[in-house]
Amino acid sequence: MPWDEGLVNSLVYDAPDPKEGRVLGYAKAVNEALEIALKQDPSVFVFGQGVDDPTAMFGVTKDLQDKFGEKRVFDSPLSEEGMMGVSTGAAMNGMRPVFMHNRPDFILLAFNQLVTHAAKMHYMDNGLTKVPMVVWAAIGRGWGSGAQHSQAIQGLLLGVPGLKIVMPSTPYDAKGLMLSAILDNNPVLVFEHRWLMKKDGIVPEGFYRVPLGKGIYRRRGKDVTIVGASHALELGLQAANKLAAEGIDAEVIDLRTIKPLDEEIIAESLKKTGRLVVVDTGWSMGGVCAEIGCLAAEKWFDSLKAPVRRIGLPDIPHPAGYTLEQFFYPDVKRISQTIRELVHQ
Amino acid sequence: MIRYDYHGTGFAGWQEKLDHYEPAFLLKLFRDMLRIRIIEEEIERRYFQDHMKSPIHLVIGQEATSVGACAALTRADLLYASHRTHGNYLAKGGDLKAMLCEMHCRINGCVGSRGGSMHLMDKSVGMAGSSAIVAGVVPIATGTAFAAQMQDESYVTTVFLGDAATEEGSVSEALNFAALKQLPIIYFCENNFYSVQSPLHTRQPKREIYKWAASYGMPSVLVDGTNVLAVYEAMQEAVARAKQGGGPTFIESPVYRFRAHGGAGDDSKTGYRDIAEREAWEKACPIETYFAFLKSAGLIDEQARKVMAGEIMAETMEAFDFALRSPKPTEADLYTHVYAD
Repeated sequence: MPWDEGLVNSLVYDAPDPKEGRVLGYAKAVNEALEIALKQDPSVFVFGQGVDDPTAMFGVTKDLQDKFGEKRVFDSPLSEEGMMGVSTGAAMNGMRPVFMHNRPDFILLAFNQLVTHAAKMHYMDNGLTKVPMVVWAAIGRGWGSGAQHSQAIQGLLLGVPGLKIVMPSTPYDAKGLMLSAILDNNPVLVFEHRWLMKKDGIVPEGFYRVPLGKGIYRRRGKDVTIVGASHALELGLQAANKLAAEGIDAEVIDLRTIKPLDEEIIAESLKKTGRLVVVDTGWSMGGVCAEIGCLAAEKWFDSLKAPVRRIGLPDIPHPAGYTLEQFFYPDVKRISQTIRELVHQ
Repeated sequence: MIRYDYHGTGFAGWQEKLDHYEPAFLLKLFRDMLRIRIIEEEIERRYFQDHMKSPIHLVIGQEATSVGACAALTRADLLYASHRTHGNYLAKGGDLKAMLCEMHCRINGCVGSRGGSMHLMDKSVGMAGSSAIVAGVVPIATGTAFAAQMQDESYVTTVFLGDAATEEGSVSEALNFAALKQLPIIYFCENNFYSVQSPLHTRQPKREIYKWAASYGMPSVLVDGTNVLAVYEAMQEAVARAKQGGGPTFIESPVYRFRAHGGAGDDSKTGYRDIAEREAWEKACPIETYFAFLKSAGLIDEQARKVMAGEIMAETMEAFDFALRSPKPTEADLYTHVYAD
């Protein structure tokens, strides 16, 4: 789809310095992780509708079928719940499936298997059964995707015990977190963002892991803590860099995984800054913003100098039209304005 | 009014097949069914004492399907169950004490008091999983068969499902995938005509479930679920097919639960089904018809049955005593195994 390509190609990210290492695109970094995992472990297989399409799911699954064969990399029937169950059953019995979806919206069809079965099996079998599987999808914001092709559903899954949720924001993390997700012995959801797919970064060759459940400082500062993951964090980081010129010194934490949540790093930063802005690609209500905001009120109240601010999506379905989208999604300008208000309060 | 009648022919004509079987095998099938019946009746008798703080779904009337099916499986073959687990678990070789401990919420229950009656599992005997969500295990069992195929393992996966499960979309999805990949799996559908209290004709058009299943592209047969030998032979054929790479099989087995969907006692008197219907099926009781058949062949008599029942009762009482004496979990047990290492 040309409009699709046009949009993602038009996004501007800071170019990495090639002197720091090998420069690689985001989608290629994920592709490399899948290739390494398939090569390392015969129990890994990659499936989902479209994994062998010519477009190869943003390029993430490119050439994998040629390299590893139709038995290990294959197109599947359009049966989200059934295939989530197949994935669960295979994972319970010695395999490590990676179940790919073009959009998180389709995972909603599979909640019975994901939430009620995959997430609970280990507990329900008193620790004997393990469910090492990865469920991958890319949030599809933009260009008419609308209410049913743009949803970021991590908030709906955040409260489900037994699941892990990964949301990378850089090519380096996308590769290292994917390898960690595949090696993990639990069901792990990996939510990418379509708008990050053409972002370049420094990505080492070969195998490495980024640990699940550990956040990282992207910027050090003393006035305010911006915390989040995925594309929302990218916008938060851009806002922070912009605000530096105005004398606002923001600290930026990339959570990398939102479940398990690295509470320590948020607490540590908040102790210093006293101000918290939570950014997320999903709805503010009942999601990542709400949870971290509540943790601040419950556990870190003494650190707070000002009310917590949430920058997620309003309690409204995603509009399809371009103009309405501009009002719906937070951008660098609006994030910056919120931070300004908070710091000057 | 009898809405769903028994249409089988019992053991008529089976006399001539007796030579194919070892007497010990035939008697074991009887004993296994009788054992399940006696254990279930004792669970029912004690249920209102409230020591078993667990929903129960008794299999009284449906013993032949579990026993006949499992007789065709080895320990290495895997079995998945719905919420009505007791018969599957016991027939697959599950430990009675661990089952009763589970139902009494004890730490040494087969899944450490995390499951109760609806979630009996025991990997050591191939009781691979069970789900309280109707059809929940059907795709999971299908994925298990897929894993076996990918790893070139020789075990066969069997999944029990009810008539209502075939109304769930995920079963259609699973059958489609199993046929597509020619997976080593058997879908064993116990059609007992009622989903809780909803009769089949309010849920499905007039058609036969096994014919519907055949349309997915797999052999599908109708087998009298009250006849333990018929079930065994159908399963044997399906297992052989799966092991030889011939793909999946669907088996529909009409059968009747003599008790309520859940809890102790029959609830026919509430009016959702006619008591006369149950009574008609009780004449086709899998245990009594098989007993009469074995007796006419001179393989068993009342005295031998009494001895057998006495042994089973003693085992059952001992297991109940064991469960009631077993330790309860502590608060620390709540927090373990949320995540795997």
